[in-house]
Amino acid sequence: MKYVDEYRDGKLARAIAATIAAEVRPELSYRFMEFCGGHTHAISRYGIEDLLPANVRMIHGPGCPVCVLPVGRMDDAIKLARRPDITLCTYGDLMRVPGSQGSSLLKAKAAGADIRMVYSTLDAVRIAQAEPERSVVFFAIGFETTTPPTAMAVLAAEQKGLRNFFVFCNHVLTPAAIQNILESPDVRLLGNVRIDGFVGPAHVSTVIGTRPYHGFAAEFEKPVVIAGFEPLDVMQAILMLVRQVNSGRHEVENQYIRAVTVDGNLKAQDFVARVFEPRDSFEWRGLGLVPDSALRLREAYARYDAEKVFAIETIQAEDNPACECGAILRGVKKPADCKLFGTLCTPETPMGSCMVSSEGSCAAHWTYGRFRDYARSEAQGHEFEQKAAS
Amino acid sequence: MNANPKLEIPRLKFRKLDIKDGRVDLSHGSGGRAMAQLIAGIFHEAFANEWLAQGNDQSVFSVPAGRMAMTTDAYVVSPLFFPGGDIGSLAVHGTINDLAMSGARPLYLSASFILEEGFPLADLQRIARSMGEASRAAGVPVITGDTKVVERGKADGVFITTAGVGLVPAGLHLSGDRARPGDVVIVSGSMGDHGVAIMSSRQNLEFETLIVSDSAALHELTAAMVANCGPSIRLMRDPTRGGLAATLNEIAHQSRVGVRIEEDAIPVKPEVAAACELLGLDPLYVANEGKLVVFAAPEDAQRLLAVMRAHPLGRDAAIIGVVVEDSHHFVQMTTAFGGGRIVDWLSGEQLPRIC
Repeated sequence: MKYVDEYRDGKLARAIAATIAAEVRPELSYRFMEFCGGHTHAISRYGIEDLLPANVRMIHGPGCPVCVLPVGRMDDAIKLARRPDITLCTYGDLMRVPGSQGSSLLKAKAAGADIRMVYSTLDAVRIAQAEPERSVVFFAIGFETTTPPTAMAVLAAEQKGLRNFFVFCNHVLTPAAIQNILESPDVRLLGNVRIDGFVGPAHVSTVIGTRPYHGFAAEFEKPVVIAGFEPLDVMQAILMLVRQVNSGRHEVENQYIRAVTVDGNLKAQDFVARVFEPRDSFEWRGLGLVPDSALRLREAYARYDAEKVFAIETIQAEDNPACECGAILRGVKKPADCKLFGTLCTPETPMGSCMVSSEGSCAAHWTYGRFRDYARSEAQGHEFEQKAAS
Repeated sequence: MNANPKLEIPRLKFRKLDIKDGRVDLSHGSGGRAMAQLIAGIFHEAFANEWLAQGNDQSVFSVPAGRMAMTTDAYVVSPLFFPGGDIGSLAVHGTINDLAMSGARPLYLSASFILEEGFPLADLQRIARSMGEASRAAGVPVITGDTKVVERGKADGVFITTAGVGLVPAGLHLSGDRARPGDVVIVSGSMGDHGVAIMSSRQNLEFETLIVSDSAALHELTAAMVANCGPSIRLMRDPTRGGLAATLNEIAHQSRVGVRIEEDAIPVKPEVAAACELLGLDPLYVANEGKLVVFAAPEDAQRLLAVMRAHPLGRDAAIIGVVVEDSHHFVQMTTAFGGGRIVDWLSGEQLPRIC
């Protein structure tokens, strides 16, 4: 498949792996956080960990929109969907996300709620147009990548004069979340997480450009390499990060030059700015309340705002106390550190959000990488037996 | 009408079915004259064989000595017509394949139709004729059936359930628990064609491809495999829903072994790979309806591969991996990129109503 296979070439991968292995300093350890779920997925799916030296470790960040959506907002969506006058349109990956008390959109649908899976925001607009007697609510979620299409949908609804189309807005912002991680007590005070650099977002950066990362790269002295979602992109970004660490630099570099520019997509930014404005703060699962990290509809578009029209008041819901999603999303723990991982919590019966989306670090590790846990524990067991025998 | 005069049910005089503009109504399932007319005009005409012609509520046939295989299957595919087939031919192929995977020679099929009130008779005839053609081409007749009609909104056009019986050759015992470490895993051709063909014809996806479903009856391919390499074959399975990934995981658990495969070795058509890329799917999880996976003893693997490649439905057969000892029963894959990963069961629903 042209234009994709080139970025998955095994021979090139081995060449980059050899360069990384030659350039890492054996006395150092390198801990890089890939912010985006798309990178987490690529790392797991292509087995990139197998190609890295032992002293380079990837920490999976919170860049999975489904994973960071707080339970309370999920409950709001389910509540909306249960109203007989409402048709809730959603992307498919939200269907199985558990709300509180074991509810989910999938279960609400089975119980009779009118929930439709859509592939595009404009599908939701079309449904609103075709079924004027229904109140059609689009469950908007995602980072800067999916925000412009939601803005387009609102503008399309306005242009068509639709009075029955609404957006339940949960769009969040990447730079604020990265900053929040770097300012968290885990990183600054407790030393639970050491991050030596970031693999920066791919698709998000095509929209916002490279500029928004410069501030915290300088302030926190952490290198950032913006990378594409293909496995060779990730490998090359890791090499670039290793080189920055080795030479004591902390710059914003762009590996993904085929798609990302300094300014980003100005037209998309303009659509977003017309329809949305920042919220003072928003709850992220795992991170808590993060200031200036999310968007809401502007007053001028209030009549499309499901939160206002249907008077949604989010009630904070508690996660399962044994669920480690929060610590995993902050990079403090790994999936295998969670007691629920692979026992009560699997992709079939997700307890926490990291297990729901295929981009979540628990789902990615369970689906693609869990054999390494067994290999590790069996090797340790073997060593133990050998020691015991000698 | 029909060439075979025996197929006419005498005594009852029917007004001709209005195939062109007519629709299924509740009277077609009521047991009255309209139902008899529908059965004669559509199903007897399409399936035309001596057993149906007897007009009994069951068909009677003689049973050869030996072991028989029996299977049942339900078809709810949406859309009903898709590139490379329709629900009718799919029902025949799918049922035959389930029998063939045991090594059996398929003998007879049954078919029951659940029809939604309002379903166009022209579509029903098209489906029945396609089913008749598929069964004649395979040499496996539909010898008994049933028709029910439900109110509008209680079904989606037409659902078909089938059963099939077949005869297992003497001495052949294929079973999912027979894979042993060292065995070789072979697929008969490219993965994911059916699922992608279905998806490309779904209304809300709006993309066009030239990909057609691989829907086909595999019993002649399996007959050649069994005739030439029977003793070396441990088991065969057709990777339908859940794709190759589901099938390999089933076998790993049933046989209590692990499976190791090479991503580079798995045949996937470039257009299927491209469509999967676009839709965020993995071809290993996408359904097939004319492919099989066979586990075989290593010493005979090359000969079996040659036998498969000599048949048109096995032309692109390839060795994709081996069976290993593994107490966790993992299916592990070396990616084309060079790393390792698990190929796990599908979680959730990748695509509903694929067959």
